[in-house]
Amino acid sequence: MTNQSITQKLANPTRFMSLSGAILPWLAGLAVAVIVFGLYRGWTAPPDYQQGETIRIMYIHVPAAWLGMMGYALVAFSSFGLLVFRHPLADVSAKAAAPIGAAFTLLALITGSLWGKPMWGTYWVWDARLTSVLMLFFLYLGLMALRSSIEEETLAAKLTAVLALVGVIILPFIKISVEGLSIPWLGLEIPAWNTLHQPSSVFRSDGPKIHPSQLYPLLYCALGFTLLFFALHMKGMRNEILRRRVKALRIAEVDRARAAEAAAPAE
Amino acid sequence: MDLGPHADFILASYAVYAVVLAALAAWLLYDGVHQKRLLDVLEARGATRRSRAGRAEKNTKP
Repeated sequence: MTNQSITQKLANPTRFMSLSGAILPWLAGLAVAVIVFGLYRGWTAPPDYQQGETIRIMYIHVPAAWLGMMGYALVAFSSFGLLVFRHPLADVSAKAAAPIGAAFTLLALITGSLWGKPMWGTYWVWDARLTSVLMLFFLYLGLMALRSSIEEETLAAKLTAVLALVGVIILPFIKISVEGLSIPWLGLEIPAWNTLHQPSSVFRSDGPKIHPSQLYPLLYCALGFTLLFFALHMKGMRNEILRRRVKALRIAEVDRARAAEAAAPAE
Repeated sequence: MDLGPHADFILASYAVYAVVLAALAAWLLYDGVHQKRLLDVLEARGATRRSRAGRAEKNTKP
């Protein structure tokens, strides 16, 4: 099967509804099972030698932070699909992903604060990592507010897509804020900002810095919450397709009523 | 299980997580049921999309 035929198949909302209707219960069930397993492994893992029991927060905070960023990448990718390829489901995908990404970003901020108080002695500092993730959350809110403020659906979709693509710069900024960026062959050297937030412990060029007894539960939790994200996203897309069908039927009904009124003989 | 001196922070994190994700899932489920109900009401009234109505009209023409 070629890529084009997969794209064409999924471009049909009716086919998407039928396919997603069959997949969704299994995806949601698998997500819950993997999350339960991951959390069980996390809660039975040994406490950290520095953080103690507070490491349990990491098993939900880190996946939330990853998914907050992945959600925005999905919104931006879908927006690109709308503006460049005019894929019929691209805007449906972007619209459905925004509230889910916002929820995970909010969870990353809250659980990060609740971890920060006992570990750093403060709930919040205005450093580059925390502030850039807060900006990501506001960007999500901005996308949703912009869309809901414009009644004309096509215009709202296009303007929201443009804002989503402009805002994608936040993603490398979040990453660079703690670790900096060095690309010697480009002569690019961006130093890390002064921050309380620790650099990445999992995705590193020299391998993960976490002990396997804590790394595997974290990866199971990340996988489980990622599956949950896609299950929620699929449900959101199905709802949006139904909402658009309802709107189309209402418009058609009004048009027919007007046409009938115009055709009726004047009394 | 003894969660040590920071138990409140750990439990609060999990509680907030559960509440936010449960609220999100509940909103999506409710929205799905609501949209399906609206669609059923419109279809029961005989509403059809213009493209479908146009096709049906064309097929019934002699």
